[in-house]
Amino acid sequence: MDFTEDQILRYSRHIILPEVGGDGQERLLSAKVALVGAGGLGSPVGYYLAAAGVGTIGVIDDDRVELSNLQRQIAHNTQRLGTLKAESAKATWEALNSDAKVIVHAVRLTAANIRGIIGNYDIVVDGSDNFPTRYLVNDACVMMKKTLISAAVYRFEGQVIAIYPGEGPCYRCFFETPPPAGTVPSCQEAGVLGVVPGVVGTLQATEVVKAILGIGEPLRGRLLIWNALEMSFVTVKVPRNRECPVCGDHPTITELIAGESFCGTG
Amino acid sequence: MGDDFKVARTLDIKGQVCPLTFVRSKLAIEKLAIGEVLEIIVDHQPAAVNVPRSMELEGQAVLGVEQTGEAEWHLFVRKDREKPKQ
Repeated sequence: MDFTEDQILRYSRHIILPEVGGDGQERLLSAKVALVGAGGLGSPVGYYLAAAGVGTIGVIDDDRVELSNLQRQIAHNTQRLGTLKAESAKATWEALNSDAKVIVHAVRLTAANIRGIIGNYDIVVDGSDNFPTRYLVNDACVMMKKTLISAAVYRFEGQVIAIYPGEGPCYRCFFETPPPAGTVPSCQEAGVLGVVPGVVGTLQATEVVKAILGIGEPLRGRLLIWNALEMSFVTVKVPRNRECPVCGDHPTITELIAGESFCGTG
Repeated sequence: MGDDFKVARTLDIKGQVCPLTFVRSKLAIEKLAIGEVLEIIVDHQPAAVNVPRSMELEGQAVLGVEQTGEAEWHLFVRKDREKPKQ
């Protein structure tokens, strides 16, 4: 493709990089990435992917913007209170870069609809705030062989891992089942320092861009844990589990199951 | 100097400054085949130094830099590799 004059200027700092170049920029422009959640994590992910010129960004979220979101969910703003987060995120990211086409999926992911939604994308980013969705997304990505960049945040800490089905562990390889409902606080009751999802989401965006460009060492088989108070990064090696119920040698989970049936409540 | 080889494409980017001079030169090199030569015309003095240096760092061959006016340089770069050196 030929870049427009505006694109040459907009992406000049990418094009200069030997690891990117015009060629890599074209790859970014033709990439399709799905974001599960337009909240604390999804906000910076989508922001940086749009800035990078990722051509198609799907945003899956059925929530509406609330005042308590704005301490960390930077895709939204005070004027958009009450509007759909997916629509608000689309407005923000497309205003940053109209090369990024943002597709709104204002639905809650279920076992019934997830394949139809993420099937259109190359890479999936999990920024969800609940275990049923987290496991559903993991299982669907394993079954559909989609690269998944998964992350979670809690209080002052966050973790990230890149899941390349068939090439490394999946989420269930090391956290086989969700914790029983009621034993862990949900984000809604836990509290989180606003910048924490900003840092962790930006790490996710970095892994997405690396995956699209095929550069560097992916965070595959390594769980990265970042602690804001200690300002420490720790990487824990996590092997693929041959007994994993979804990606092991003899999987016992061969169909997607509704979150509620294995986790109690969302 | 331009006589020893065949120029496949000439890129006149007079009026452009760094780093856009390199960005445009790099995009032009990407479109060439291995062995083809790009002639780049610049009038921004730092570009006459920076563009060849950056091209060499990426593994392309700088065949010559010719000053043709008080502020005009012709740079000749042969494409030696598809993937830049990292």
